[in-house]
Formats: sequence, structure tokens, C-alpha cells
Amino acid sequence: MDHQPEQKTDRRQALAVLARANSAELAAAWEALSDAPAIETLRDSEIGLVMARGRVGGGGAAFNLGEVTVSRATVRLASGEVGIGHVMGRDTGRALMVARFDALWQSPGHRGWVETAVVAPVSQRLAKADAETRAKAAATRVNFFTMVRGEDA
Amino acid sequence: MYVAVKGGEAAIRNAHQLLAEKRRGDRSLPAMTVGQIVEQLTLAVDRVMGEGSLYDRRLAALAIKQARGDLIEAIFLVRAYRTTLPRFGASLPLDTGRMVAERRISATFKDLPGGQLLGPTFDYTHRLLDPALEDDGATEPAVADAAPTEDGLPRVTDLLADAGLIEPDGTGEDAEPADMTREPMAFPAGRDLRLQALARGDEGFLLALGYSTQRGYARTHPFAAEIRMGEVEIEIAVPGLDFPVSLGRVAVTECQMVNQFKGSGVAPPQFTRGYGLVFGHAERKAMAMALCDRALRARELGEDQTAPAQDEEFVLSHSDNVQATGFVEHLKLPHYVDFQAELDLLRRLRSEWEARDEAGREAAE
Repeated sequence: MDHQPEQKTDRRQALAVLARANSAELAAAWEALSDAPAIETLRDSEIGLVMARGRVGGGGAAFNLGEVTVSRATVRLASGEVGIGHVMGRDTGRALMVARFDALWQSPGHRGWVETAVVAPVSQRLAKADAETRAKAAATRVNFFTMVRGEDA
Repeated sequence: MYVAVKGGEAAIRNAHQLLAEKRRGDRSLPAMTVGQIVEQLTLAVDRVMGEGSLYDRRLAALAIKQARGDLIEAIFLVRAYRTTLPRFGASLPLDTGRMVAERRISATFKDLPGGQLLGPTFDYTHRLLDPALEDDGATEPAVADAAPTEDGLPRVTDLLADAGLIEPDGTGEDAEPADMTREPMAFPAGRDLRLQALARGDEGFLLALGYSTQRGYARTHPFAAEIRMGEVEIEIAVPGLDFPVSLGRVAVTECQMVNQFKGSGVAPPQFTRGYGLVFGHAERKAMAMALCDRALRARELGEDQTAPAQDEEFVLSHSDNVQATGFVEHLKLPHYVDFQAELDLLRRLRSEWEARDEAGREAAE
């Protein structure tokens, strides 16, 4: 598959895409990486909870909605970049992979590769899925009109 | 008082083995997979996530399988599991205005910007059983429109807040919200605590209470201004980073109820609001939650408190189905000592009563 011209995303966007990449996508990219530098695990991946919050009325004061399972990990490249991985669900392997790619993304020598090999294709898949969701929702768009009832006419 | 009993180990072990066999059912049929439950019993999974107060589809599906489809038992399993995990922190508040909506309707505003999207709904179906589902026939793919919905749909309540006829959301001041999983419930409860309790409350209980307000027990004249369902990004703040980190997306259902309000000593005549927000696709629950939220605001709005749905201590103390089932179902555990004591007391009272009765009759003679 030929790649689109390299799409610049900042780290926040890259992490948001990585968090939604599936294990197969992350594993395939990792295996394709020929010059993986030494990566040290700073914090072993672990499973825990994040309390999801909502806002009263959608825009008011915060309240606690319920918890979400989250896996997280932290790694460091020999050159010092610290990568973090936070993903929903109980998948410590995925969290570790995301942390590695986040670290690599910060390393000038690897950013382009991470963008091309992981962030861009996953981001395209996600955009396609969203477009499909939106298109299917749009097909159910309804235009209600009010009828004038007999006694009002 | 409950006094512990000993014994019965073998019987209990065998009962659990029998339970496992019954759970499996007819072995000539293939076992159901967790993946199948996740994909095909999605609304049961959503209910277990909402009332289990833990967003994890596979875990909820596993709980449903283990509980043989008993959703309250599955919710209990999920609640028990969550206590084994550490809390990493809290998310930033979800922005439902940025939802990728699968469904979004309004019963009050016909032509709202972004339109009315029916989405995957049971509404307008004829509620006739479909014999075709007896077989594993092919399902037609859903129709996709060439003009998809735009990115982000404004919340109806934001669109109509300007005139002052609809109560605004209130300020999003960043006070730490109450957390009933950390501190015991205290009354009077703030709206933050009430919404947390309602979000994890039993759907049936909240549905009945919401219904009671419609039937006149704390009438609030509700309209469903907007119901939306879809995925929202969830982000956390990570120490040392100057940007929020996305964890992925959660599916939620949101209900904005607006309620006619004639005004009171403390509030002008305007549409007041009730709010519902629930994990997953859980529209009935979100609507019931919004009705209960509004009814519970009676004190704040200076309304007469006359009905059960307005009594926060009553509602919040009984909305949790794990607590409720624990207390109701503990009655079937051995109470032999307890009962024996009651029996002894009753025998004593009875003999005293009979002695008095006899003495009375003798005196009368």
C-alpha cells in the first residue's frame, strides 16, 4: 500500500490514534520495525480503573459517571524519551506497545516511521469507520411534519 | 442478628457443580462465546456495564455468561471485580457535544440543527416476533447515506438557552465531585452525588419512579428535548504532560428532559431540566434517570415534596440493585439461631398471655 504524504500530527493526536489501534495493528508494525532501539520499561504495564466523569446537563459541574478499565505502561528509550501508553480495557500488551510507539514518536529518528507505519494507517481505518457510522446514521434521518388536524382547519 | 453456621462443604461444592452443568445446558448445542455475547446481546452488556458501574464490554459479557443471563447477578460479579483494581484517577468530563452520534432525536424541536437521526431503534417497530430469527439467516447491511452527518452535533439545550426560557447547565466550576464509591452516602446529597447514584441505579426501579412522576406523584410535565447515543472520547490528565491523553472512546446515552415549571419563590417560570447519562445504549434508563433527577430537584426549586420520587433518601438508598439484592436475598441464608431465639421469646410471651387469660377468666367466674 502506498502511503499518503506524511501527515503531521502532534503527540496528543498520535496517542489518541495509538490508544484505539488494535493488538494486530500494533504487533505488525512492531515486527516491521527493523532498527528498534533499546527500550527500557519504567513502569510495567498494569490494569486499573479510571473514573469517567460527565457534566450536569452536558455542560455544568462534573459528576462521577462510572469507572472504565484501563491498562497503562511507561517506557524509556536509551536516548531518554519517555513514552506512555494508556488504553481502555484489560490489555497490558497493548498498553506497552502504545508506550513504545509514543517513545519512538518523540525520537526524531523514528517519528516519520511511526507516523507512516502506525498512526496514518490506523487513523485512516478509524476515520473510515466513523464515516460509515455517520453515513448509516444519516440514512435514518427523519423529517417529521406536523399535520393540521380536522378541527383546526 | 445473623449467627454464622458451619458445615455443608460437600453439599455446597456439589451445588456449584450442578450450577455449572445447568449453566452449560444441552451439550449437543455449541457453547456460547463471550464474543457472541459482546456482539449479539449488546444491550444486556450495556446494562451490566451501566449498573455494574464499570465500562468493559468483555468483562460484562463474561459476567452475563457466568450468571446464566441473570443481569443483577452479572452486575454483582462486575462490582466485585472492580474492587480488586487500583484507581488510576478520574477522566476529564466527557464532552457529549463532540459525540459521534448513532442516534439523536428530539421530541420538542422538529427542525433542530443536525437533524433527527433515528439510528438503531426499536421505536416504530411493530413488536411482532420475527420467526426468521429462529434461523441464522443473512442480515442485510444497513443503508449508508451519501451525505453523512456532520462532525459534532450541538446540544439542543445549548441552542435554546439564550432566551432564558430554558434553565442553563449551570457553571462548570471545577470542584471535586462527590464519589459514593469512596465516601458513604450522606444526606442532603448534592446533584453530583445524586447523578452518580442514578447512573448506576437499577433500571427497573428508576423506570417505576419516573413513571410515578408522570402519573401524578410529583408531576413534572416532562418533554424529551433530546436523546443522543454514540461514542465520546475519554481523556485523562497525566502528570508531567501539558495535554490531556486520550484513552479511547466510550459509548454513552444522554437524555435532556425539559420540564414545564410555573416558577416558585426561588425560581422564575421557565423550562427546568432533568439530566440522564448512562454507559452504552441505554435509552430507557437514561430517560428514567432524567425524570428522577428532575423530581429530586424539588427542594432546590422550592417545590412541595409530596411523592416518593422527590425523596432523595428514599430514592438513593433503594436504587442500587446489588445492595437491594444482598439484603433481600440474605433472608434465605440459615437464620436458625436467630429464629430459635424468636421462637423462645414467642413461647414465653404465649405462656404469659395464657396465664393472664386464665387468671382473667377465673376472676370473672
